[in-house]
Amino acid sequence: MQDKRNRVLTGTHFEMGNWACTEGAIAAGCTFAAGYPITPASEVANHLAARLPRVGGTFLQSEDEISAVCAAIGASWAGCKAMTVTSGPGISLMQENIGFAVATETPLVIVDVQRLGPSTGVPSVGLAGDIVQVARGSHGDYQIIALCPESPQEMFDLTVQAFNLAETYRVPVFLMADGFIGHMREQIVIPPEGELAIKQRKIPAGSTSPLERRDFQDVDVAPMPVFGRGLQAHVTSSCHDEHGMRNLSDPAVMHQYVMRPIEKIRKHRDEFVQVQADHPEAKTALVSYGTVSRSARAAARLARRQGLDVGTLRLLTCWPFPDKEIRRLAAKVDNLLVVENNTGQLYPYIKAEAAHACRVAFLGPQTLGQIHDPEFILSHIKEMIA
Amino acid sequence: MSVSEHPLRKYTRRHITRTTTCPGCGIGTVSQAILRAIDELGLDMDDFVFVSGIGCSAWIPSPFYAADTLHTTHGRPIAFATGVKLGLPDKNVMVVSGDGDLTAIGGNHLIHAARRNVDLTVVLVNNGIYGMTGGQTAPTTPRGLTTITSPYGTMEHHFDIAPMVAAAGASFVARWTTYHPRQMTRSIKKGIQKKGFALIEAVSQCPVQYGKASKLGSAVRILEYFKENSVRIDKARAMEAEALAGKIIVGEWVDIAKAELTQEWTELRRKLREESECHKLI
Ligand SMILES: Cc1ncc(C[n+]2csc(CCOP(=O)(O)OP(=O)(O)O)c2C)c(N)n1
Ligand code: SF4
Ligand SMILES: [Mg+2]
Repeated sequence: MQDKRNRVLTGTHFEMGNWACTEGAIAAGCTFAAGYPITPASEVANHLAARLPRVGGTFLQSEDEISAVCAAIGASWAGCKAMTVTSGPGISLMQENIGFAVATETPLVIVDVQRLGPSTGVPSVGLAGDIVQVARGSHGDYQIIALCPESPQEMFDLTVQAFNLAETYRVPVFLMADGFIGHMREQIVIPPEGELAIKQRKIPAGSTSPLERRDFQDVDVAPMPVFGRGLQAHVTSSCHDEHGMRNLSDPAVMHQYVMRPIEKIRKHRDEFVQVQADHPEAKTALVSYGTVSRSARAAARLARRQGLDVGTLRLLTCWPFPDKEIRRLAAKVDNLLVVENNTGQLYPYIKAEAAHACRVAFLGPQTLGQIHDPEFILSHIKEMIA
Repeated sequence: MSVSEHPLRKYTRRHITRTTTCPGCGIGTVSQAILRAIDELGLDMDDFVFVSGIGCSAWIPSPFYAADTLHTTHGRPIAFATGVKLGLPDKNVMVVSGDGDLTAIGGNHLIHAARRNVDLTVVLVNNGIYGMTGGQTAPTTPRGLTTITSPYGTMEHHFDIAPMVAAAGASFVARWTTYHPRQMTRSIKKGIQKKGFALIEAVSQCPVQYGKASKLGSAVRILEYFKENSVRIDKARAMEAEALAGKIIVGEWVDIAKAELTQEWTELRRKLREESECHKLI
């Protein structure tokens, strides 16, 4: 079905983050997207609706976000690289079936262009309020992958990466954008197609009986028995064994059903967890992720200009939580200031890894709904150092 | 002594040797009607993807059918199936689930799939109650019936599913009871062959929960009730509303041809491809 023409729009563009996200998805080989209109994510779906049919794909405007995530999961099992895109209220509606994707090890990209909440909140204002809900919002214990872009360019780059991770590890991957970078226009460079490393899921060959295959629960990622190839795949989100067969009585199977998909991510996390440091030898570090990282870097620059020894660490991957990377940083610094565009969603996780080794403090925006002013961050750096 | 195998056994997974339904449940009849329809059409199970939700009825294809099966969450099988069908336009995608699953929690997906006219075959098992969770009122429970969550009798009115889905835009809609397995099989065959959204409402007995609530008790008495109270749609059209109270209208509501979603998508992609080729030549 895939039509290669016009897939990768190689060149330099001046466009919105939401446009870049769509082009990242298309470049990564996405052939199915479903979504329901919502600010500030709508432009991604709007643009997908125009672009997908031109590259052999399909776009479904669903009746709600529950239907969107379910259809995307169904399309993924049909063999498509699939995605859905929404904002916080839509994520809330999707939660039950995000758990379904986790339990059935379905490759899926979910773009969350976050907005100020709770509830209907403020649609067009970016606030990173969904960081915990995408990791913990569906019931039960599980692990997903989430990436945090800080610019329109990264909405392209990290969307490509999100598809690659979803296909490689058979897991839902979230792109945690927000209304600010979704709507921000900046230069976006799309490389030539040959320079993009694109990953495809593995599909089992041979046996048509799931009992003779291992379709699930391999920490090294089981090949995915996609539909329509005579594999007689048995897919259920209820507790199942490695063949996909339901088993609601054996405690060993229950343990494996919960643990293996988690262990799969844990085992491979070093292959993909990404953080970015500047001035790594500084004794004070600002830790941040997403849009606010831009302010954090600007504040550190201001501080250094005033002779203060300040660096930054940016989390490009927020889930699985970069625990090792935080521990490594904490061992080197005296002060660690956590700068988040919310009321402190990753702060408890960061503190748990760092507080034994250095001073840790949190700084949310002065006014929620407005990105931190670098001067505001600087005044808090000074307070902490003093 | 030779033991002969059930003629439909070839369509089920070899290692599954027992079902989960209660004795006398109508689910077995509906399941046989589905497999017989596939058998009579001479289709291969590899050409199907079966999608089901949550409830006793949703266990019809999963884990039993030797095909790709997707057992989804409560109420959502049609939403999942829409994605499967759009991704695999050449396969027959069949949804099998209960009345609670498809008309209560999943009611919105049902009417929207009919409106889109996406080529799915939906076999909706209507036993008038929530079987699996222990006999609660469903949107299909007749008014006045005493159930575990309506201990003083239901005060609400019930959905009339077949005409509702017909009004929502389906290409094929039929309703039969488990007293009509041959007619049900025939309608399922038509539903599979229909290019468009097809609904077969299978009114079925739940002797355990509905049997208790209705005081009809056994499967046989419910089947007798179906027999005595079923009215063919052509006859029903000539009857007064009063005479139809408490009756089960059976037959086919719609059987039409209209633009179908996956075909529309295939056509759009073809057109855009040609357009871009032309563009290149110029
Ligand atoms: C979100 C959610 N809510 C509730 C349930 C519990 N539940 C399981 S089956 C069922 C009712 C099924 O009724 P129906 O679809 O009529 O199927 P039947 O058992 O009667 O065949 C319910 C409410 C669930 N699994 N998920
Ligand atoms: S509870 Fe009712 S519907 Fe469920 S298996 Fe038993 S008889 Fe059938
Ligand atoms: Mg029911």
